[in-house]
Amino acid sequence: MEQQKNTASLGMWLFLVTEIMFFGGLFCAYLIYRLMHFNAFAAGSQSLDIRWGAFNTAVLLVSSLTVVLAVRAAQDGSRKQLVAYLVITILLGLTFLGVKAIEYKEKFEKHHVPGPTFSFTEKFDDNGKQIPVASNEAELFFSLYFAMTGMHALHMIIGCGLFTVLTVLAWKGHYSPGYYTPIENAGLYWHLVDIIWIYLFPLLYLISRHS
Amino acid sequence: MATTVIPAQPTSKPTNYLNDGFTLKSWLLTTDHKRIAMLYLVSVTLFFFLGGFFAMLIRLELLTPQGDLVSADTYNKIFTAHGMIMVFFFLIPVVPAILGNFLVPLMIGAKDLAFPRINLLSWYLYIIAGGIMIHVLLNGGVDTGWTLYSPFSTQFSNTNVIEAGIAIFIVGFSSIFTGLNFIVTVHRMRAPGLTWSRLPLFIWAQYATSLIMILGTPVIAITTVMLAVERLFHLGIFDPKLGGDPLLFQHLFWFYSHPAVYIMILPSMGVISELIACFSHKRIFGYKIVALSSIAIAVIGFLVWAHHMFVAGISLYAAMIFSFITFFVGVPSAIKVFNWTATLYRGAVSFATPMLYAFGFIGLFTIGGLTGLFLASLGIDVHVTDTYFVVSHFHYVMVGGVVMGYLGGMHFWWPKITGRMYPEGWAKLSALFVFVGFNLTFFPQFVLGYVGMPRRYWQYPPEFQVLNVLSTAGASVLAVGYLLPMIYFAWSLRYGPIAGPNPWGAAGLEWQTPSPPPTTNFDETPVVTWEAYNYDEIEPKHDFLEGTGER
Repeated sequence: MEQQKNTASLGMWLFLVTEIMFFGGLFCAYLIYRLMHFNAFAAGSQSLDIRWGAFNTAVLLVSSLTVVLAVRAAQDGSRKQLVAYLVITILLGLTFLGVKAIEYKEKFEKHHVPGPTFSFTEKFDDNGKQIPVASNEAELFFSLYFAMTGMHALHMIIGCGLFTVLTVLAWKGHYSPGYYTPIENAGLYWHLVDIIWIYLFPLLYLISRHS
Repeated sequence: MATTVIPAQPTSKPTNYLNDGFTLKSWLLTTDHKRIAMLYLVSVTLFFFLGGFFAMLIRLELLTPQGDLVSADTYNKIFTAHGMIMVFFFLIPVVPAILGNFLVPLMIGAKDLAFPRINLLSWYLYIIAGGIMIHVLLNGGVDTGWTLYSPFSTQFSNTNVIEAGIAIFIVGFSSIFTGLNFIVTVHRMRAPGLTWSRLPLFIWAQYATSLIMILGTPVIAITTVMLAVERLFHLGIFDPKLGGDPLLFQHLFWFYSHPAVYIMILPSMGVISELIACFSHKRIFGYKIVALSSIAIAVIGFLVWAHHMFVAGISLYAAMIFSFITFFVGVPSAIKVFNWTATLYRGAVSFATPMLYAFGFIGLFTIGGLTGLFLASLGIDVHVTDTYFVVSHFHYVMVGGVVMGYLGGMHFWWPKITGRMYPEGWAKLSALFVFVGFNLTFFPQFVLGYVGMPRRYWQYPPEFQVLNVLSTAGASVLAVGYLLPMIYFAWSLRYGPIAGPNPWGAAGLEWQTPSPPPTTNFDETPVVTWEAYNYDEIEPKHDFLEGTGER
């Protein structure tokens, strides 16, 4: 049993490696284009609402905590706590997705969604100096913004679905201190999705706001 | 060659994986790695002949200088179909998913892979992706070339690029799951006493391949996603109008697709190590360095991708560094070739069919590898980029290398897989056809490329015709060489002599269990107390050369 558990978690860790490589392509594209078109990317960053971003970061960090508590509850064999923490995690995940939807809607209203209707008139505020930026380069920023946050959101949705299944199984008493590998592995996945956001948040929202 | 028909023994209880259930369900829902390997064998072979069909269309069009058989647009779709099918649906899965799936657990003394259900899932993903690919072909195909270069693929091509991208994405996950399964299996499931330094070199090669699969494949997955969203939602990731850079696409594409070449060749190298040791009846020369050279190829192979882009507009200094590292990756490959050759020295060499393929592999891979060094040199590369020289080079590695290794392995392990010997005379004849046909097909292409015939054109100046006719003639011989094994392998299923557990007198755990192996592989878990390739402790067997098999 112990060996099976080790085997499953080694498999999960390797899968997380593939996820990192998967997102790596997007991060690589973002960093290169940010160097190439710094002003437009900085202006794009500044147009994002840092409050929503910070709120979502907090939400995800708390959800990582509740996942750990869920694993702990599974180890202790307390079914009610396990279910409760899983449900809280799902709710936090849905909160994150809801906020993301609000942000996307705002982009849509401001015509910041790439495509024929795209327009971007904001300037890059470089310590009070207003630098105009090319609209097409800002469109590149928003292309990557949507690709990266969209791919992240997709992983969040998968995670919520995963936890929903686990909650039902946990409710039925499938897990015990002797067998809780799925909870642990889903938790590992959730932490990775969380960590990706921890990188996305500064890259997209924060690093152009130096004063 | 006198052969007697030996009817299969009627059995009441299942004695091996083949007669453990005869229903369709027992095959389609199996989690037995051996049965999944057979599922892969059937489906990968189908795609091989589909890709081969497109290859023949290419060769027929190029028989004459005029573009007369098909239109230019159709020709673009034909070579794209050939490339995509051969790369993603044949070369990448062929050795890992068929021989690897069958042999990895057997060679390490395990009952199955670590995740049998994920193994089955990977086959279904392959089938789904293959279905999508065939759907693409039936609906007009794709005309971008298998490389899918942006901006043509993202903005101008009006063919089924997205759908083909989805197929590549899904078949990529099939490959990721295979790799993940192998790594975990090799780490966790080795038999007692089977330390890392006792592993067969085939396992080392599969392990190195799996590393590339899980590190590289996700990158091609995200690249096809970016390509698809650019076409679908007008996100402008590679669009020069928005300040995007099509070169980025090439970087991301080759970051996977160059290591993918090592996904193809490394498993075949593993096969060759097994064959050379067995048919020289000798421990492989420099076991440790051959094992580590696989890992070295996997690691260094990740750092050479931009040699595909020397003329695409990358900086000269980057090009110089990539050129240097490309020369460097030749070193571990050369180590393997030298060590195989050194193994032959004073070995009891016998010339059974698998060994003929191994010799073919060494010769063709050496030509393919050395011409790779031509292409790694900045000056020569400018001259021959996008010519038939490149086409010939990578076919020498991928077909001359990978397919020779695969066929050699299939002949070697066929008695283990089916319990029957193939007919040795026919097999030798087909090996000859393959070797001659291959060289006749592709050697003229080196010359064609060197004198300036560009790839991917459907017509050419008349002075190139002689060499093209030779090439097409060679392709026909090659096709016969590939069809023959199909026929005699099928024949041997019923009429082949019974093989016995170890017809070759080979070392390795897979030969210590009956042929075909029982469903659980070993009746009791083997305990390994010997080093790999302990041929000095095994009686040499040479009577298999007489083609009787039965002793």
